[in-house]
Amino acid sequence: MPPVSPEVWQVAWFTTWVAAAGTALILAPGVALGWLLARRDWRGKLLVETLVALPLVMPPVATGLILLKLLGRRGILGHAFERLFGTEVVFTWRAVVVATAVMSFPLLVRTARLALEGVNPRYEQVARTLGAGPWRTFWTITLPLAARGLVAGAVLAFARALGEFGATIMVAGFIPGRTATLSTSIYHLVQLSRDDEAWGLLAISVGLAFGALWLSEWLLRRRPPA
Amino acid sequence: MNLEITGLRLPLTAFALEVDARLGARVTGVFGASGAGKTSLLEVVAGLRRPAAGRIVLDGDLLLDAGRRFALAPERRRIGYVPQDVALFPHLNVRQNLCYRHAAGPPGHRPEISYAHVVEVLNLGDLAGRRVGSLSGGERQRVAFGRAVLASPRLLLLDEPLDGLDTELKQRVIPYLVTIRDEFGIPMLYVSHNADEIVALCDDVLLLDRGRCTRRGPPAALFTASPAPHYVLKPG
Repeated sequence: MPPVSPEVWQVAWFTTWVAAAGTALILAPGVALGWLLARRDWRGKLLVETLVALPLVMPPVATGLILLKLLGRRGILGHAFERLFGTEVVFTWRAVVVATAVMSFPLLVRTARLALEGVNPRYEQVARTLGAGPWRTFWTITLPLAARGLVAGAVLAFARALGEFGATIMVAGFIPGRTATLSTSIYHLVQLSRDDEAWGLLAISVGLAFGALWLSEWLLRRRPPA
Repeated sequence: MNLEITGLRLPLTAFALEVDARLGARVTGVFGASGAGKTSLLEVVAGLRRPAAGRIVLDGDLLLDAGRRFALAPERRRIGYVPQDVALFPHLNVRQNLCYRHAAGPPGHRPEISYAHVVEVLNLGDLAGRRVGSLSGGERQRVAFGRAVLASPRLLLLDEPLDGLDTELKQRVIPYLVTIRDEFGIPMLYVSHNADEIVALCDDVLLLDRGRCTRRGPPAALFTASPAPHYVLKPG
């Protein structure tokens, strides 16, 4: 195996960074939606649940196409973003972040919902009778008791983001040094029959994914505080 | 304490809870078989459950008026609640559980009941640093009582708080409840299906059967010792 080149490290670092940024972007809305699904009954709940799960089952490339249309210069979101910040989204690192965020969102919402459902509502009720409002109750009771599951969910979302390919290639393309991620680089190298270099990236991918999944499982299996 | 419950109606699975009562005793017992609607009644008074109809007024303060779609939030009622499983917060130690109200109370509220006093009366001094999971039955109950009392409630709701304890432990915990009643003067609504507990603590008893109050009176009028020292319900 040839020595790992600086480009390979750049790609690995970039992928890790955008996956972390994508996860950070969806953390608050993901937990909020997970809470709404776990603790409240509302009209349109089933519809929202289904919509949120869509990226999990739709072809990632199709999700990517929708994002491309929304985020492109003439898309609603892309146009608004350009007017606000004077810069484009598609075919930049921002597009990679958005693609990984959208693809990881369903996983985060699902694990967050499960984690929050696992908190006995009695604790929250007692906190309310002790004078804590809904926010205080959430921050001091619900969140700490669900923390383990929420962190595991975030790590899972991060792991999913690391390997994102279909949506990324549609909205961000493959621009070495700018939007190239581990998955798109592996695909590109194999296309060019540069399999040796692809192996190096593959090893890094496996290492990162393994580490993230292991951490997620470890967090979920640790004994809950009693 | 003066708790007025008017026209309360809460549909449950098999029947509806329907209560009209004016309660003023130091400790009012709510006695009935399991599934009679006792817990639901407490949840409605605490503000944790919304009934279909009814009005609840505590010491002149309107807590609930279902007809006008008004319900005071539980945190604004100053009504303490100890559920059946006592629900000590598992991620906090004993001291943090006891002080939860101090940390979370509305600004400007000064609890009239001091931490030191509660710890002394309920004999919690040695437990303060302990993890909740390491407490024994009996200890958990005392901590839960202390936590509720420290919130200086106007009314304390107790839902079969001694249910998980054996007879001997119950005998040791009941005096603490008597102390809470006498020392802090906090009125209580005490739910139980155990006649001995009701007789030991209550001045007034409501009999709840399938959601309705079928009999009411002082414990002496409703229960008889047979065989002593255990009590059973007199035939009605």
